[in-house]
Amino acid sequence: MKSSVYTAASFAAGFVFGLGLLVAGMANPAKVLAFLDLAGAWDPSLALVMAGAVAVGAAAFAFVKKRTHTLLGAPLLLPSPRSIDTRLILGSLVFGVGWGLAGICPGPALVLAGAGSAKGLAFLAAVIAGNGVFEFFEKRKRVAPGPAPMRSS
Amino acid sequence: MSIAWNAFTPASALIGGAIIGAAVALFVVLNGRIAGISGILGGLARPQAGDVSWRIAFVAGLVAAPLAWGLLAALPEIRVDASFPALVAAGLLVGVGTRYGGGCTSGHGVCGVSRASPRSIAATVAFMAAGFATVFVARHLISP
Repeated sequence: MKSSVYTAASFAAGFVFGLGLLVAGMANPAKVLAFLDLAGAWDPSLALVMAGAVAVGAAAFAFVKKRTHTLLGAPLLLPSPRSIDTRLILGSLVFGVGWGLAGICPGPALVLAGAGSAKGLAFLAAVIAGNGVFEFFEKRKRVAPGPAPMRSS
Repeated sequence: MSIAWNAFTPASALIGGAIIGAAVALFVVLNGRIAGISGILGGLARPQAGDVSWRIAFVAGLVAAPLAWGLLAALPEIRVDASFPALVAAGLLVGVGTRYGGGCTSGHGVCGVSRASPRSIAATVAFMAAGFATVFVARHLISP
């Protein structure tokens, strides 16, 4: 299968994902924060978004479980099971703090950018800068001289 | 806790969620990949040959969705209350945290939970708890 077919499928998946976020109201940071505000006027909508997404997603992952290749013939690239480590939990906690400050996570940030939101673009630029910070420290770890670098996690 | 029934939108939440699930399904059934947006975006910070175009295409799809929507109908309400400095701080935390944590709401929260991955369930519990705690501190302790 030509790579352009995969590129097109990738665009389609991103596009449908973006439409889903808009329909669900999850491209609206105020609505996301209303879900995270348990002690305030709580809007449980985000829980139902997750439920709807997981119901369909679980069916898809069950479908590919016994396959080695996709319908287009690509190999399945699913993460192999790994242990729950400090790096996973600390990283997720840091992400959660940022999510709680803004009400925006990476998917909605891209939708907000497309919607022309200046605040969305500022957030997205900071996410990309944060990715750069991560790569900087990962690269330093990779080229560290001497014995193999110790992984703290 | 009091439920804001006037703000609660169960039908559009479930339908929108199912559409997100359909996007996840499309991506794994056709391309064999996890629709984890922080990872797709983050991979562009260290581009590898042959690993760039599908990432850009997925990101472009997300950006194009509101543009296409806007051609046909008015966009749904978008309200960003956070200030620019708060958004920059939040974005940095999200950019760093999702990379160390190996995923965000899409990769861990939707895909990982759909696969019943213990790592993703742990990550989802962690970022949800941190999100709840952050909003509680910001709204009820710092500026009640």
